Amino acid sequence: MRRLLLALAASLALSAPLCAQDAPSEPSPVAAEAPASGLAAVIAEHKADIAKPSRQSIAPVIAALGKAGPGAPDFLEAWADKALGSRKSDGAIFRVKKAGAGYALFDPVTGADAGEAPRAEISEIKPNAGVRGLIAAALIRFQLSDPDIAKRQAALTALSRDGGPQHLEPLAAAIADEPDPAIRAQKERMLGLLTIRFGTDPAARVAAIEGFGADLGLDFRAALNPLLATKRQAFNAAPEGNVAAELRPGKPGFSAEEAYDLLVAEGRAPARLTRADLRAALEAHIENGAVAGIPLADLDTPARRDAAYTALEGAGAVPAAATDDEVAQSVAAHRYADIYAEPDAAVTAAAASALKSVSLKVDAMHGADLALDALSLASIYFLAAIGLAVTFGVMRVINMAHGEFITMGAYTGYVVQQHISDYTISILVALPLAFAVTFAAGVAMERLVIRHLLRRPLETLLATFGISIALQQLFKNIFGTQARPLTAPEWLDGAWVLNDIVGISYIRIAIFVLALVFLGLFLFVMNRTRLGLEVRAVTQNPSMAASMGINPDRINMLTFGLGSGIAGIAGVAIGLFAKVTSELGADYIVQSFMTVVVGGVGNIWGTLAGAALVGGLQKGIEALNPSNTLAAQTYMILFIIVFIQFRPRGIIALKGRAAGD
Amino acid sequence: MTQGFLSRNPSVLIFLLALSIFTLVVTVLSNAYGLDLVSTSMVKTLGKTLCLCLIALAMDLVWGYMGILSLGHFAFFGLGGYMVGMWLMYARTRDIVLSSAAGLPMTPQELNDAIATQIFGVVGTSEMPAVWAFAGSLPAQLALVLIVPGLLALVFGWLAFRARVTGVYLSILTQAMTLALALYLFQNDSGLRGNNGLSGLQNIPGLAWAGQDRLSVWFLWASALALGLGYLAATFIVSGKFGSVMRAIRDDEARVRFLGYPVEGYKLFVFTLTALIAAIAGALYYPQAGIINPAEIAPIASIYLAVWVAIGGRGRLWGAVLGAAFVSLVSTWFTGGRAPDLNLGFYIVKWVDWWQVLLGLSFVLVTLFAPKGLSGLVDLLTGLRPPSRRGAPLGPNEGALQEREAQE
Repeated sequence: MRRLLLALAASLALSAPLCAQDAPSEPSPVAAEAPASGLAAVIAEHKADIAKPSRQSIAPVIAALGKAGPGAPDFLEAWADKALGSRKSDGAIFRVKKAGAGYALFDPVTGADAGEAPRAEISEIKPNAGVRGLIAAALIRFQLSDPDIAKRQAALTALSRDGGPQHLEPLAAAIADEPDPAIRAQKERMLGLLTIRFGTDPAARVAAIEGFGADLGLDFRAALNPLLATKRQAFNAAPEGNVAAELRPGKPGFSAEEAYDLLVAEGRAPARLTRADLRAALEAHIENGAVAGIPLADLDTPARRDAAYTALEGAGAVPAAATDDEVAQSVAAHRYADIYAEPDAAVTAAAASALKSVSLKVDAMHGADLALDALSLASIYFLAAIGLAVTFGVMRVINMAHGEFITMGAYTGYVVQQHISDYTISILVALPLAFAVTFAAGVAMERLVIRHLLRRPLETLLATFGISIALQQLFKNIFGTQARPLTAPEWLDGAWVLNDIVGISYIRIAIFVLALVFLGLFLFVMNRTRLGLEVRAVTQNPSMAASMGINPDRINMLTFGLGSGIAGIAGVAIGLFAKVTSELGADYIVQSFMTVVVGGVGNIWGTLAGAALVGGLQKGIEALNPSNTLAAQTYMILFIIVFIQFRPRGIIALKGRAAGD
Repeated sequence: MTQGFLSRNPSVLIFLLALSIFTLVVTVLSNAYGLDLVSTSMVKTLGKTLCLCLIALAMDLVWGYMGILSLGHFAFFGLGGYMVGMWLMYARTRDIVLSSAAGLPMTPQELNDAIATQIFGVVGTSEMPAVWAFAGSLPAQLALVLIVPGLLALVFGWLAFRARVTGVYLSILTQAMTLALALYLFQNDSGLRGNNGLSGLQNIPGLAWAGQDRLSVWFLWASALALGLGYLAATFIVSGKFGSVMRAIRDDEARVRFLGYPVEGYKLFVFTLTALIAAIAGALYYPQAGIINPAEIAPIASIYLAVWVAIGGRGRLWGAVLGAAFVSLVSTWFTGGRAPDLNLGFYIVKWVDWWQVLLGLSFVLVTLFAPKGLSGLVDLLTGLRPPSRRGAPLGPNEGALQEREAQE
């Protein structure tokens, strides 16, 4: 369709020069009346300017070309791309392409073949960067109403990067005809932003600012912030310009020193003598081991140095430095104010109030984002700690090797991915396999070590620690010290973005879901199955359970296997977003302990509460001091130590006989 | 009651004798004072080992005799090292700054700024943090070696014991304390140079003329002296009535409480005392090591401490010393790359890689089969056997009961 139109335009253009020659110097009426024939005429008229464009004079030509009808965008693009040439004999403009020893020529409007010319007859047109910028600005107009939706989108993206005052008018013109509602909304938004930044009519700018309300977009805040940028200035009399705030020296936020520094920076007062300058001046006047008669060895206090400098001043050896009185005087003689860079007070007032309401909303959203982060961290801790809580609750055994079981699960996932290339299937295989591997490891450990240390919890702790360091080194020997990749399937890439502030990656959502699934599964097993009944019985009173025909050894073994197996699955989940190294589990083990200790033993809800508290606390402290996650962990641990004072048995403690002791 | 302290504790004499002979032999063989058969670095390793023996002694007091498995004593050890390291670093930097100064003599402020720039340039500040207020004075820092860890132990112990946190809970809590301290020190704005730690501690200001050869031997003497005194003090504590109460608390805390003893007070005293011993050991250790950073305080170090004591044999002071010396020296030998590779035909075992595995597994085996550790071997050699009371012991928590007695 486009080609057809172009061909039509070309055939008409052939007959255009006649009427074009009569056209007045302002060709827009012609273009308006005969759009098909306009471009060739305009090109012909301005061929000299087009061939040798200059930044100052070319603007009207580009405007004329821009309004010249179909074919103009292509022509402008070719111009900006340095793909035009002019024939030296008559100055006619062609699109040129190097072909052998000469140029292949094409019609500038239609692109139709126009023969060839030797190199000597054609000079290439190379507009400079300034001109190309003007051309690009003119092109935006066409791209904004291009039939191709991708091009319109690209033009808007370009505008959001470096829009300027020159884009205001074409953008406004391109809104009315926009068929796509999404793009139209984007255009209106962009128009508002550009109006705020570059508009000339204050009323329009204020209206544009108010039109955004409490919009959360980063671009809106980026447009507002430069309006509110201030510069600190000193004045002899009342402050001039758009005053943001007048400052009084000595008040909080603006000390007398700052005031004087400002005066010095503005050249209104002489610089004060710094300690380093004083020292340099004295050192320059050392004579016979003394300065102005004072021996060097005595010059080790500020007072004596000042005295020496005053003596030098008296002798006229050094320039007089501003004394404290002079400083106070000149500070008092001036007035100070923060001045907005933006001259219009109405605009800055509107911007300030808009920014205030935005920042309120932004804070609320940050809160929501923080809550999401804390939730996801809590679910990770929950996954990591649930296995630990199971073994500790039932057997009163702290398994220091729990972290290594997490690592084992992550490495299982890595090994599975080495053999199964499809990430979705490999994760689906890895989850049960990790459970199986760590279940087996847990059962083996229970049978070989822990069973023989029952009722000696401290020794169990140490023995499992021995296993932990052995396993950790074993992982290093097998898998090396560098991080191994455990890649998430594609559908877990990316993030669920609510707006510019609130967002959460799909992996974290998946981990949250996984944690929920495990919570449900655990509750089902514990409350609805025979195994759960027996586990609860052994937890409460092993010897009574044994006399009822339950085999506590078997239950212990299964429980330990179950706890370890969950650790393995947690390992796969954690490995998806953390680096899989031999220290992966060790990084989480202390937090897992905290979760169990804070939550209380023997109750899944306790673990859940502990995880929520530990995760929420860590994120909360991090938010107060975002640059320092180490400090957050430090304070969290301190809080937990204090917390244990008030609830030594955790948030949800078993009571009565179930507590065991 | 008529017996003297030494006759009641014959092991003290043997231990002190062995320690003096060891010190004497090392001195005679050393570079500075004798035959030059033992290198200076080896003398330093031996001196450091003596310090580790001292902290193992503290660990044995608190764990072997009191039943508190503290996984945090290396925090006190590290803090002691930091306190002495602050003076070493400050004084040495002051000497360097003063010797390179020219022109006008420095004002106190200038001197302080110059030292701060030298020390803290590496973490991007040039302000002297408040915790360095006393760094210029040796007596003050030496007092802080005891005060800071002592106060930390006192406050932490008071909080923990008052809430009656016991058993594994307490172990986890002490571990959390070390971790919190290590994480805090890892920050650049903690004022102790973040993860760079303090370095150059082997250069003792004012003693540059002595050289490392002689300094290493002097530190060996000092460490041996501290270990000897520590052993005497520990023996004194555990041999009297106080020691009986300590063991009673280990075996059955509730029963001791019902008998009217202030269990928390005893625990707090021993916990703080051992923290002080650990701090002294640290203050002697780090000038020999030359560098201290927060990684030294990480929980793993304290767990290794428990490993040493367990392998040596807890509940016996000389067992802990033996264990610390044995494991740390063997560990140095294996990880130093000097142990010959073991060729299994299909696989060559490089000990640098496999030592940890061996240590972990042997630790499990010791816990399972030889609860007395190395000291059990000594018992075997001297023909000392526990009376046969039928059945395996049920561990400290069940008191002195044996399996069979428990069932009856």
